[in-house]
Amino acid sequence: MTVPTITSPNGYEVVYQRPESLSDVHTHYCPGCTHGIAHRLLAEALDELGLREQTILVAPVGCAVFAYNYFNVDAAEAAHGRAPAMATGIKRVNPDKVVVTYQGDGDLAAIGTAEIIHAAARGENITTVFINNAIYGMTGGQMAPTSLPGQRTTSSPTGRDVEMVGYPIRMSEVLAQLPGAAYIVRRSLHDVANIRKAKKAIVTALRVQLEGLGFSMVELLSSCPTNWGMTPEQALTWIKEHMVPYYPLGDYKVLDSVEKLK
Amino acid sequence: MLKGNVAIAEAALRAGLEAYFGYPITPQTELLEHLSKRMPELGRVFLQAESEVAAINMVYGAASAGVRVMTSSSSPGISLMQEGLSYIAGSNIPCVIVDIMRGGPGLGNILPSQGDYFQMTRSAGHGDYRPIVLAPASVQEAIDFTVLAFDLAEQYNHLVYVLADGNIGQMMEPAELPPMQPVRKERPAWALTGAKGRERNIISSIYLKAEEMEQYNLMIQERLAVIRANEQRSVEYYTDDADLLVVGFGTAGRIAMSAVEEARAMGFKAGLFRPQTLFPFPEDRLAELVEQVERVLVVEMNAGQMLEDVRLVTGHDVPVDFYGRMGGSVPMPEEILGAIKQAYDKMPAGAQA
Repeated sequence: MTVPTITSPNGYEVVYQRPESLSDVHTHYCPGCTHGIAHRLLAEALDELGLREQTILVAPVGCAVFAYNYFNVDAAEAAHGRAPAMATGIKRVNPDKVVVTYQGDGDLAAIGTAEIIHAAARGENITTVFINNAIYGMTGGQMAPTSLPGQRTTSSPTGRDVEMVGYPIRMSEVLAQLPGAAYIVRRSLHDVANIRKAKKAIVTALRVQLEGLGFSMVELLSSCPTNWGMTPEQALTWIKEHMVPYYPLGDYKVLDSVEKLK
Repeated sequence: MLKGNVAIAEAALRAGLEAYFGYPITPQTELLEHLSKRMPELGRVFLQAESEVAAINMVYGAASAGVRVMTSSSSPGISLMQEGLSYIAGSNIPCVIVDIMRGGPGLGNILPSQGDYFQMTRSAGHGDYRPIVLAPASVQEAIDFTVLAFDLAEQYNHLVYVLADGNIGQMMEPAELPPMQPVRKERPAWALTGAKGRERNIISSIYLKAEEMEQYNLMIQERLAVIRANEQRSVEYYTDDADLLVVGFGTAGRIAMSAVEEARAMGFKAGLFRPQTLFPFPEDRLAELVEQVERVLVVEMNAGQMLEDVRLVTGHDVPVDFYGRMGGSVPMPEEILGAIKQAYDKMPAGAQA
């Protein structure tokens, strides 16, 4: 596949183009959704580390169900929540390849809780990009395991009642407890500075896998303007004002061996 | 002397098994235990998963990467695997599953049963597909069918189940193992190995457009037609002059053999037909035999599941009796002999011994 480059009659340098690890297709994501940013960050990281030809992506069930259409890499489409198990099977028979799961909060923190915890517990040498947007997007905005207390969704119309359904799960904090987890961090996609930090974290996570140091995961606080009933801009503000306080940004697990990579 | 579960494990390994993912469950656990020792010795992949749900999805992943991969379980564990089995069927990739059946429904017990016949021969998961199902009646057949399972899976890019019961898994008898085959070096062109020097490969079971999903289903149905035409397998004894045909698979078929021999000694012209493939059901040969007998007796360790496939062959032309035990109860040859005698009581006087 050839990557189109922006050519200028004046001979200007190309400073921005589609990463080779992304396919040249239209996306189905809603306007203002941060999946596009997350896809681009992962693709840029794969390009920069020269990993496109050795990467196998495992797509989830949820809004990113078609992630395999957008990444120009070998890919599998897993059953709901099972991406870490499928990735385990792929990685164990392809130990020299880079295996990445891309999962949302319903996929990773509800139906696939067992699979992600045990992949991390085994120190499975895979990398997970975890999109936390506090809602089920694909099915139309139902309550997620990460929906905030009081958050209105189509299945919690009067707001998440923590007395009835419990509190949202902070997965980075949970997984950081496991010895097999080498690198667990939470970043956010609500502004440029945080997007840059997210990109650095994804690069680090992939390097953790390349060095065989154990399980790595980057949680990305993300927006869902459509199902939150907001404009894209309001949604980014909502991440900052409501999600970040409940899901503090930071490094939850960085093994010494990972620290040395930096 | 080889124990069934160990024999299946060793046969799979000698057939070039490259990766095994499983979860302990009685009465198949020795299979997993044997591979936990042997696979690492040979530098191959063994992993005990956190559940059967995870195990089958690990299998799905390794199968997507184009290696010979297998899992094994017993009835309740197979129920948990149904999601992954359907996805594998929807992804057009080969895979081998061993089910050492136990008594059910529910948690049931750990005793031998054939209660998974419907589950395994129909689809073992949602959607329109049927796996190839091989039903051994001895340790030797369990070995041979395990090797055959890998060949059929790859020949048809299809799911193949080895369906045995706790008796086959647990019993010891003399048997011969196949020679050791090396692990295949090449991966199929469609396998997920990284898109180096080629277009990317995608393994997926999602087809959003009805026409595309229907095309995939039509492809599966065409394949099943070829499988039905080419892969029916059965064995038969004393059928040349039989007027009563006893039909049983696996352990029930083996016990029925003793009963048929006793009936022959008493002068009854009973014969035995033992399907070795449950899908494709050996309907062509059974249809020929049904033409020549007066009556059919189906014997199973369930409430009459294969019975329905037999009736699809006999139609209303030949009466069919059934003798079954359930819930982990194994019929004795004398019980089946009793059922044979009862069948003869219903037949014309000329057919009596």
